[in-house]
Amino acid sequence: MDFSSMLPVAAFWLFASITILSGLLVILAKNPVHSVLWLILAFFSAAGLFVLMGAEFLAMLLVIVYVGAVAVLFLFVVMMLDINFVELRQGIMQNAPIGVVVGLVLLAELGTLGAAWHFGDDVAKNAAAPTPVVEQVENTAALGNIIYTDYIFIFQMSGLILLVAMIGAIVLTHRTRPGVRRQDVSKQNARRPEDAYELVDVEVGKGVALPTKKG
Amino acid sequence: MTIGLGHYLTVAAILFVFGVLGIFLNRKNVIIILMSVELMLLAVNINLVAFSTYLQDMVGQVFAMFVLTVAAAEAAIGLAILVVYFRGRGSIAVEDINQMKG
Repeated sequence: MDFSSMLPVAAFWLFASITILSGLLVILAKNPVHSVLWLILAFFSAAGLFVLMGAEFLAMLLVIVYVGAVAVLFLFVVMMLDINFVELRQGIMQNAPIGVVVGLVLLAELGTLGAAWHFGDDVAKNAAAPTPVVEQVENTAALGNIIYTDYIFIFQMSGLILLVAMIGAIVLTHRTRPGVRRQDVSKQNARRPEDAYELVDVEVGKGVALPTKKG
Repeated sequence: MTIGLGHYLTVAAILFVFGVLGIFLNRKNVIIILMSVELMLLAVNINLVAFSTYLQDMVGQVFAMFVLTVAAAEAAIGLAILVVYFRGRGSIAVEDINQMKG
């Protein structure tokens, strides 16, 4: 086996083991900050797996969206909230047996599914959007060709979902603090000279009474 | 040896099981639960892309992208709810979230 055919295999094992290991450490790390960092590593090596599978655009999307935005969002929230995480970890092992049992059952089911199931002979002919040859149309362009034609409404809908999520997050976390002085333009424009000042004819030797504030 | 569909599906299955396990283990910490959900969605994405590559069908990658979108929206909303909840109660423990007796 020469080097060039061994490299993708080695890369797969590297990325796969790092993904699985960091996925395990996400749920086992004592400190949630470490969990987030392991999550970032898991996403990063999963992006490596995507590149190996030829989905470069999704790999970059994973790095930008997940590592760049979602994981950093998690990091912000974890570090912003003042939580006693040691207290939250107490009793973690009392759920461990049932969790492990459920996990093993799930894994066994997935394993049997993978072992007992196979593709039909002509399933590859039924591709809804066959992948073009990489040398002619690269992954990003091929994806764009489909997204902006066949799946345009779903694409628009996903944009709408993001918009709703953005507005929802802002509305949820926004709070109006009392006692904050803000500019009120309509109030400023409605202000008339006679509201603002008063001409007082001061008589000599008598002084002037303090003006009463209007409005 | 060659790396085939089965290898990727195995990685995705293990990752998915870790996500489920994380929900069971960290029953008290909502942040870890959210991260476990993200892990499970990542496993689903690996599955979609693996099948997309194996069957030479681009649609799998399209749907992986939509899953990614929804996952990002879900994380943003979930964390926003978490922040609001923490402001009100000063705690994010799951067992404190019992006002609706659900």
